[in-house]
Amino acid sequence: MNDWSRFVEAFFKSNLIEQYLPSILQGVVTTIEIALAVVVTGLAFGLALAVVRSFEIRPLNVLIIILVDILRALPPLVIVLIVYFGLPNVGVSIPSFAVLWLVLSLVLAAFAEEIFWAGILSVPKGQWEAARSTGLSFLGTLGYIVLPQAVRLTVPPITNRTVAITKNTALGTVIGVPEILNQATTAQSFSGNATPLMMGALAYIILFIPVVALGRYLETRFAWRRN
Amino acid sequence: MDAARPPILEVRGLRKSFGHSEVLRGIDLAVAPQEMVFIIGPSGSGKSTLLRCCNRLEEPTSGAVHLGGVDLMAPSTDINAMRRKIGMVFQSFNLYPHMTALGNVTLALRKVAARSRTDAETLGMAALDRVGLAAKAKSYPGELSGGQQQRVAIARALALEPTVMLFDEPTSALDPELVGSVLAVMRELKAAGMTMLVVSHEMRFARDAADRVIFMDHGVIVEEGAPDQIFAKPREARTRAFIAGLTRS
Repeated sequence: MNDWSRFVEAFFKSNLIEQYLPSILQGVVTTIEIALAVVVTGLAFGLALAVVRSFEIRPLNVLIIILVDILRALPPLVIVLIVYFGLPNVGVSIPSFAVLWLVLSLVLAAFAEEIFWAGILSVPKGQWEAARSTGLSFLGTLGYIVLPQAVRLTVPPITNRTVAITKNTALGTVIGVPEILNQATTAQSFSGNATPLMMGALAYIILFIPVVALGRYLETRFAWRRN
Repeated sequence: MDAARPPILEVRGLRKSFGHSEVLRGIDLAVAPQEMVFIIGPSGSGKSTLLRCCNRLEEPTSGAVHLGGVDLMAPSTDINAMRRKIGMVFQSFNLYPHMTALGNVTLALRKVAARSRTDAETLGMAALDRVGLAAKAKSYPGELSGGQQQRVAIARALALEPTVMLFDEPTSALDPELVGSVLAVMRELKAAGMTMLVVSHEMRFARDAADRVIFMDHGVIVEEGAPDQIFAKPREARTRAFIAGLTRS
């Protein structure tokens, strides 16, 4: 056996590809489901936190900053393990799918809050003043004038961060969420071959390359002429 | 001032401090309907702060502001409703960059005055037409010159049919060749009977358009009078020094 066929045997064994394709595809579906749920709830919660923060209620803001900093400091894997293995000891047991969704949503929300907040701060004070001077309320100004500008400014960093967090769906493998990596490692241990892992890697690439490309497109699409 | 015309905008005993520095130290000012009042003075004299206290963009530390007899400082006053009646034009235009000229002009009509989209667009087009920019209704601020942006900003204030308009150095950020178009609009407003309070360094314009000129320094009104008197025969030494400095430069 030459080197090339040894390489193919180790990573691209055709009968294993055929055998495990269905379970990898199942993993893809699960990954997409969790990723979409995380993006929706994470970004919504992050935006909500940034909006609350703009009211400048000091004790509330201190609370938000503490929460956000803790979530950004901890490796997501640590939070996943604590919630999944720790909470049942106090009588709260959450299904693994929900744990992964909850934890990743919170982590994304923490990063998104900081990015959205920076975006809100970067909208010039004159925009607030002009809107308020026409009689628009604080919330009206935030909603019609400040957030649309803040969100546009934050599309590139938000996209990057969102891709980074959704890739963390792979952490589900340690608590038995049947996403791509979990399916792949299970298949790998049954077959004793790395081909399923390679399939998993390809699945991630196929899944996330379009998301990265979309991010690049949004970056240009959401820019508007400035002076 | 003419006793037969009660003031439409009245400021009494207005004080404003930022931290330990007091920038307004007891201002009394009354503006009659259709009057155009210019506020001049060295930078840091408090003239912009005074203007911004008139619609409470800046919260006065003490004193009273009345518009059409309504106390703007009273807790029961709906300040957002009152601000609709006080148009404001800023030095840096502050147009909303993500909206067209028409969008800028109609936003408050729709969201504050609760007009329908069609109504708001009719009024908005009329306001843009008045500043000579109906043709630019679909343009975004970034596509307009500074002078055009400032005229859109005037239309945005005008569309709400304010009873008084505040101008905070409306031409200071403009290239010299664009100043004239903005002043022409202000002249037209004056001819149409708009009440205006203007902070500006356009002394020539003040001299031939203003009804009254107020000279401020260090947070107080030093002197006020007809433009001819203030510019030609100022009574106070500080006013004289300021006017002399202007003509020298």
